[in-house]
Amino acid sequence: MLSIKDLTVNVNDKQILKGINLEIKAGEIHAIMGPNGSGKSTLSHVLSGKSGYTVTGGTATYQGKDLLEMAPEIRAREGVFLAFQYPVEIPGVSNVYLLKAALNSIRKHHGQSEVDAMDFLTLVKEKVRLLEMDEKFLYRAVNEGFSGGEKKRNEILQMAILEPKLCILDETDSGLDIDALKIVAEGVNSLRSPERSFVMVTHYQRLLDYIKPDKVHVLAHGRIVKSGGPELALELEEKGYSWVEDNQAAA
Amino acid sequence: MTTATASRYTAEYQTITSALPGQNLPWLQELRNDALKKFSEQGFPSPREEEWRYTNVSGIEKKLFSPQASLTAGDVDAERLKTCQLQDAWVVVLVNGHFSAELSVLDGLPEGVSVMSMADALTTQSDTLERYLGLAANQAEHSFIAFNTAWFTDGLFVHVPAKQVLDRPIQLLHIVTGVDAMATTRNVIVVDEMAEARVIETFIARDGVYAADLSGTSAAIAKDGVYAADLSGTSAAIARDGVYAADLPGTSAAVGLTNAYVTAAVTEVFVEQNANLTLYKMQSESDKAYHFGGCYIKQARDARFTHHNFAFGGLMARSDIHVDLDHASECELNGLYLGVKRQHIDNHTRINHLKPYAISRELYKGVLDDRARGVFQGRVIVAVDAQKTDSQMNNRNLLLSDDAEADTKPQLEIYADDVKCGHGVTVGQLDEKSIFYLQSRCIDEETARNMLTFAFANEMVDKIKIKGLHDMVLEQLLARFPQEGVNKEWL
Repeated sequence: MLSIKDLTVNVNDKQILKGINLEIKAGEIHAIMGPNGSGKSTLSHVLSGKSGYTVTGGTATYQGKDLLEMAPEIRAREGVFLAFQYPVEIPGVSNVYLLKAALNSIRKHHGQSEVDAMDFLTLVKEKVRLLEMDEKFLYRAVNEGFSGGEKKRNEILQMAILEPKLCILDETDSGLDIDALKIVAEGVNSLRSPERSFVMVTHYQRLLDYIKPDKVHVLAHGRIVKSGGPELALELEEKGYSWVEDNQAAA
Repeated sequence: MTTATASRYTAEYQTITSALPGQNLPWLQELRNDALKKFSEQGFPSPREEEWRYTNVSGIEKKLFSPQASLTAGDVDAERLKTCQLQDAWVVVLVNGHFSAELSVLDGLPEGVSVMSMADALTTQSDTLERYLGLAANQAEHSFIAFNTAWFTDGLFVHVPAKQVLDRPIQLLHIVTGVDAMATTRNVIVVDEMAEARVIETFIARDGVYAADLSGTSAAIAKDGVYAADLSGTSAAIARDGVYAADLPGTSAAVGLTNAYVTAAVTEVFVEQNANLTLYKMQSESDKAYHFGGCYIKQARDARFTHHNFAFGGLMARSDIHVDLDHASECELNGLYLGVKRQHIDNHTRINHLKPYAISRELYKGVLDDRARGVFQGRVIVAVDAQKTDSQMNNRNLLLSDDAEADTKPQLEIYADDVKCGHGVTVGQLDEKSIFYLQSRCIDEETARNMLTFAFANEMVDKIKIKGLHDMVLEQLLARFPQEGVNKEWL
């Protein structure tokens, strides 16, 4: 699905990612954990094509294609989805409008015709129920005046409708209370499939109580310093990030 | 220079005097003579005046635009009119500054409600007009008011008696078809105690929508019957009229066709105690037209007034909206101005808080592309007596090109000491974070920009409570900006 090799990235001439290597197979869930400033968000932004980041070396191959060459919208149409840490408010554009525009862009990209209006509404309403959202949200402006939890749920709603292949969840748990966290996690779990991979970027272990990862990587100072199974997250929670950072320093 | 030109118009004045309405009314003759004298002395406003510093109107002095002495309704394309006429409304049509009974729709007015031409009103209700005409629009304010007072040929008169709630809106459809014409109209709207009404002023030109980017909008035109019809009408006019075709400056031949003319309209509004009036203005003049429209409002105690100003057309367009607020009255001023090419669009608002407890809310938004220039001057004056005033004024500008310009000048003058007043101004470009968010949702950058631009402007369109008008203004908005990817059907 996604293969990252020796990826180095600068922001304003400062090296943030210092050689990332990561192999994600179809159907896998990878958690990327790390302290603040380790480069977690940079990694998710670079993968989704945000401007302001300079790739100075390495590659990222997505389904056999050079991901870094593609415009952000092409990545999205090819099935890469970024769930934002801070979803942006877009006054004047309704949720349902954006969903329809996005879905049709994907269909057009794959040579399909526009989605039928009735089918679309049926699909959207089904997903809205799944995420325990009010249908009224569909007709409100994208994220405008939404609470933190509502914004995150809205991200997962978009994900459920667009059915991406590679989902990057950037600090999805931040700002969520426990009930909202459960709903979001259930939404993500319902999307698990052998054809879909997830990259969860998170500071805390608590999201991983609800979404079980296959692999856990620890990012520190722009490098993956430790990889392991779900038990690594628990160990981290117990010993703190200084444990891996110290290990790295000792090595 | 100004004086010379003024006298040029003044000299012409004698040729039309006999055709002006209200010749037999001494009070009006006196008013007109005063106004003529004032205008002859001052000429049109100059950029040396503070309130006109951004808007140089000398263009109307270079050519002698001529008032049309009488009605020539035969020139009006009925199809064209239909696209701008609201259903379920009483409609007063003014063609080149003259009332057309034939084109107007006035049947079924409730008893006691007056909706008629100014000329008719001067005959049948001169006592009412003697009381109101000139009461809200102060001739000393600027010389366009004086000009209008001396020159006006007709207009709209509305009187809603006390406690009457009108279920249908009243539309003033102001169309100019003449070449180098000048349409000078005066409107008076009186809404008595506890009455409610909605009035719409629509200013249009002979030709269809201003199609700034025909190439960009051709898909929409092909899709849309209304526009297609409009265009065919336009090209037919080209064939008829060689002068215009030759006169096109660089724009694609099919659409640049428009007539140059001047609209000089003054509307005086009186919202009496506890009454409620919503006034809409949609200005969609031709791309060679000059538009000067002033609206002067006096609100009595506890009166409510809402104004929606859509300034889309004209080579140079200026709107003045001045509100006087009495005790505990409320006003809301909304505005949207769109400028493309070399359009110059000036909006000038003034809110006078004269008495305590009044509330004012103001939001003006501008979208400026190409070399267009938008001006917003907003003044809020809180008199020494106007304690507990609550006022908020905002102006937001979106610049889509490096050559576009927005001049914004909010002014608060507060003489009372216990008030809540705020203002905010922004001039900027589209938010890059929002563009990336949309891109990450499969939307290409150009579409994302168009969607965000549209959304910015659409906030004001969405405030329109009359369905037919909402759709009409939306069409105008969509026709003015590249709308690649903005799907109207989904809105």
